[in-house]
Amino acid sequence: MAYSDKVIDHYTNPRNVGTLDKAKANVGTGLVGAPECGDVMRLQIEVDENQVITDAKFKTFGCGSAIASSSLATEWLKGKTVDEALAIDNMAIVEELALPPVKIHCSVLAEDAIKTAINDYRVKNGLPELEMPKSHH
Amino acid sequence: MLTLPIYLDNNATTPLDPRVLEAMMPYMTNMFGNAASRNHAFGWQAEEAVDYAREQIASLINCSPKEIIFTSGATESDNLALKGVFEMYASKGNHIITLTTEHKAVLDPCKHIEKMGGKVTYLKVDEKGLINLKELEEAITDKTILISVMYANNEIGVIQPIREISTIAKKHGILFFTDATQAVGKIPVDVEADGIDLMAFSAHKMYGPKGVGALYVRRKNPRVKVTAQMDGGGHERGMRSGTLNVPGIVGLGKAAEVAKQDMESDTKRIAAMRDRLERELTKIEESYVNGSVEHRLPHVSNISFKYVEGEGLMMGVKDLAVSSGSACTSASLEPSYVLKALGLSDDLAHSSLRFGLSRFTTEEEIDFAIGHVKEAVSKLRELSPLWEMFKEGIDLNSIEWAEH
Repeated sequence: MAYSDKVIDHYTNPRNVGTLDKAKANVGTGLVGAPECGDVMRLQIEVDENQVITDAKFKTFGCGSAIASSSLATEWLKGKTVDEALAIDNMAIVEELALPPVKIHCSVLAEDAIKTAINDYRVKNGLPELEMPKSHH
Repeated sequence: MLTLPIYLDNNATTPLDPRVLEAMMPYMTNMFGNAASRNHAFGWQAEEAVDYAREQIASLINCSPKEIIFTSGATESDNLALKGVFEMYASKGNHIITLTTEHKAVLDPCKHIEKMGGKVTYLKVDEKGLINLKELEEAITDKTILISVMYANNEIGVIQPIREISTIAKKHGILFFTDATQAVGKIPVDVEADGIDLMAFSAHKMYGPKGVGALYVRRKNPRVKVTAQMDGGGHERGMRSGTLNVPGIVGLGKAAEVAKQDMESDTKRIAAMRDRLERELTKIEESYVNGSVEHRLPHVSNISFKYVEGEGLMMGVKDLAVSSGSACTSASLEPSYVLKALGLSDDLAHSSLRFGLSRFTTEEEIDFAIGHVKEAVSKLRELSPLWEMFKEGIDLNSIEWAEH
């Protein structure tokens, strides 16, 4: 199975790799997946007083598509408000990266990571936790 | 001159040796006869070529040329041996003993046999990938007709104690079949000294062509018979009907001859390169060799690089053709069942790469591979949250992972 050019691009030059200080109140962290399933994503967002995501970082253990999905997610998150970020759908990632059906779970994981990070931020800031649509599989 | 990508997946298949191709060529063109045509020169020529190939193969594995049954490859040979013995010896019993680490071409026919009313015991292996002989002997019942244990494993290269197994089989009057696809042509295999009753192997794993293999079926002490799984013209002593693949068989024969002639020097050179590759790659922090290193094929190395996922790693080593124990493409996300059978945790099984060298592998290619893998592992660890946690001293088992 060949990878799409966009997957290869994100894999070769991953955007926003790194770690934000998870102790900070305005940083939300989402750690999803499991080592035994072969993919783990950690996605972090930093949010300003206007609810705008000013920074996003990721680290991913997984295949090229998992790495590309999370790299793309951080690109999309930056500059969005938290509410706009919540609207990111995994199928948009599938479309952008031209993921084949067997790799859709990578995009699902990226969506889960975004929502988990936002929830972490909300809970830290005294906001009610949002219903998480539990993994689609 | 280094040509990229470099092929290090020789347990999947090997390139055709030019000497083999040369021997095959005439049988692809003007010597096209059917080996079963008894009444003209075209047929005689083909039959002669097939008989010569039988002798070349017999000489490699120390059997009689009459004991070679040509097939389309090891999968067919495995099916013929297992199902053929199950049917032929139905009056004696219906129990087969095999290993959990066998190739699918053995495990799936065994499952089929279970559906047909047979009983199959799947023995576990130890953490090195080796059979437990005591458990083997304990699994034998008065209904056991066959022990099926692979000679060497395709993923980790571990060689089973074939002579000890055949001794146990003989003691109990049970037939012993071995899938020797990875071993024949690579290490000395002697059906007499090894006490083998049936043995499957294939041409394309030993620098021969694809689409041809053989089943060795013992004719004396004991005389073994298998029920044909394909009915037709009664070729191959009635055990495998179908017009013989003459060019393929000529190729298998030549590959066997070359293997016999070059085995010692090939093994010495390949093993030295494999050892160097392994020595260098295990200098990488948190890397582990999978399977026994004492009882192993000379050209295989299976290494787990912890905290890096195998498929992602394969993408990182794009200039190397290798394979991984991770199967992130399958719906189940299940990693290699062979590595899991060694007791590897799923994350380590997901982190493995298999390197398979060949007689055409060069020192220069190994140098390149070492550098390439080191670079890719270090790059991916920079990306890996698990590596970061490990470095921070966090016990990954203490985290409640969201199963998905």
